[in-house]
Amino acid sequence: MQQIISFLIKNKYFLLFLFLEIIAISLTIQSHSYHKSKFVNSANLITGSIYSNFNSVGNYFHLKEYNAQLAEENVRLKNIIAKNNNQESSKPFTKLDSLIYQQKYTFISAKVSRNDYTKSNNFLTLDRGRNDSIQEELGVITSRGIVGVTTNVSSKYTRVMSVLNENSRINARLINNTHFGTITWDGKDYNTLQFEDLPRQANIKLGDTIITGGKSTIFPEGILIGTINKFEIEDNKYKIINVYLFNDMSAIGHVNVIINLDKQEIRALENNNE
Amino acid sequence: MNNSIFKYSILFVFLILIQVLILNNVYFLGYINPLVYILFIFLYPINKEKGLLLIISFLLGLSIDFFSNSGGSNAAATLLIAYLRLPILHIIQNKTEFDYLLFDIKKLNFLQILVYIFSLTIIHHIIVFTLEYYKLQGVTQIALSSFLTSLLTTLLIGFSIALFVKNK
Repeated sequence: MQQIISFLIKNKYFLLFLFLEIIAISLTIQSHSYHKSKFVNSANLITGSIYSNFNSVGNYFHLKEYNAQLAEENVRLKNIIAKNNNQESSKPFTKLDSLIYQQKYTFISAKVSRNDYTKSNNFLTLDRGRNDSIQEELGVITSRGIVGVTTNVSSKYTRVMSVLNENSRINARLINNTHFGTITWDGKDYNTLQFEDLPRQANIKLGDTIITGGKSTIFPEGILIGTINKFEIEDNKYKIINVYLFNDMSAIGHVNVIINLDKQEIRALENNNE
Repeated sequence: MNNSIFKYSILFVFLILIQVLILNNVYFLGYINPLVYILFIFLYPINKEKGLLLIISFLLGLSIDFFSNSGGSNAAATLLIAYLRLPILHIIQNKTEFDYLLFDIKKLNFLQILVYIFSLTIIHHIIVFTLEYYKLQGVTQIALSSFLTSLLTTLLIGFSIALFVKNK
């Protein structure tokens, strides 16, 4: 007993070092194995408020760019409306029943106060949280395409797992046919994502547009992702398909968070089947 | 004593803010962000009581991890260099015993200071990048970014010490 105590006293610094090091390493392993780390994340009140206060100064320098993006989005939305109006006018009758119309998604705007893009697992911090009805596992997009999925939510701030994250897997498909696959990231270039699990019978060419597939409750169908800029075929399979993002992930300012209003209903149905 | 507690608390907060608000947005050559917050380890006075330094350095690294969503990699690395600080000083000075109270980093010669800063910095950076990439395929990437980032960090820490540490 005496020997054990004297051993402990003699090596107390080493034991303290070992103890803290084990905590640090286990936090690291935990952060790599789960999508959301329970403890160490930037969605808490202190880090969130420091980032968003500092960011409000820097935002003035990007106003020009944000205006251009808004104008671009307005044009895109007006084009969609123009297209739909033509179809409407050709229909022989119109329905005026509010029960038939059902809203599936709502969008919440948020500002990015922190954005990483050079690590192998990147996250963003948003200045909106549970008070603004943001929950975990919601899709985050800009006018140019997908950004990521929310993982940790505090009362005022949210941490988003960027598409530039090795744990990120997003259902996607080609714009001109319904073959779908999964969008992942290999951790190399922040402008390029990988499109996996696409069946061979789907014909692709360079420049084809990839959009979200809508097979999950996170993203609605048809959100832009990027265009194919490289692909290789091996053993009659697609070995690698690189997708060049529409979004510039190094300059994300304002984003939209998508809330799926039918999420609980869909989840309940899926759980019933299991 | 109170004065030095105050001084090092201010330094602690100041280094964290500088690191997360400014240095984490440098992106020199596209991906190099110097990790200058470990300057704290170099400025913290050397004494026999190592327990407090270990706890402080763990908290320093963990605070950086909170801001940069990096799990516990900065905490692990900062703790390790805080533990290795004395042994490395022993090796560099070629002495087994030296006077803790009289130690002054400016009394080392230029080469010794450089080796001291660079060795601790590169150990720290290798641990941080290894834990961040967390897979074997990234070895060359880890080695390259550790080395280049260490050069920049060493340069900045060297300048800070030259500018802000008073000659006794």
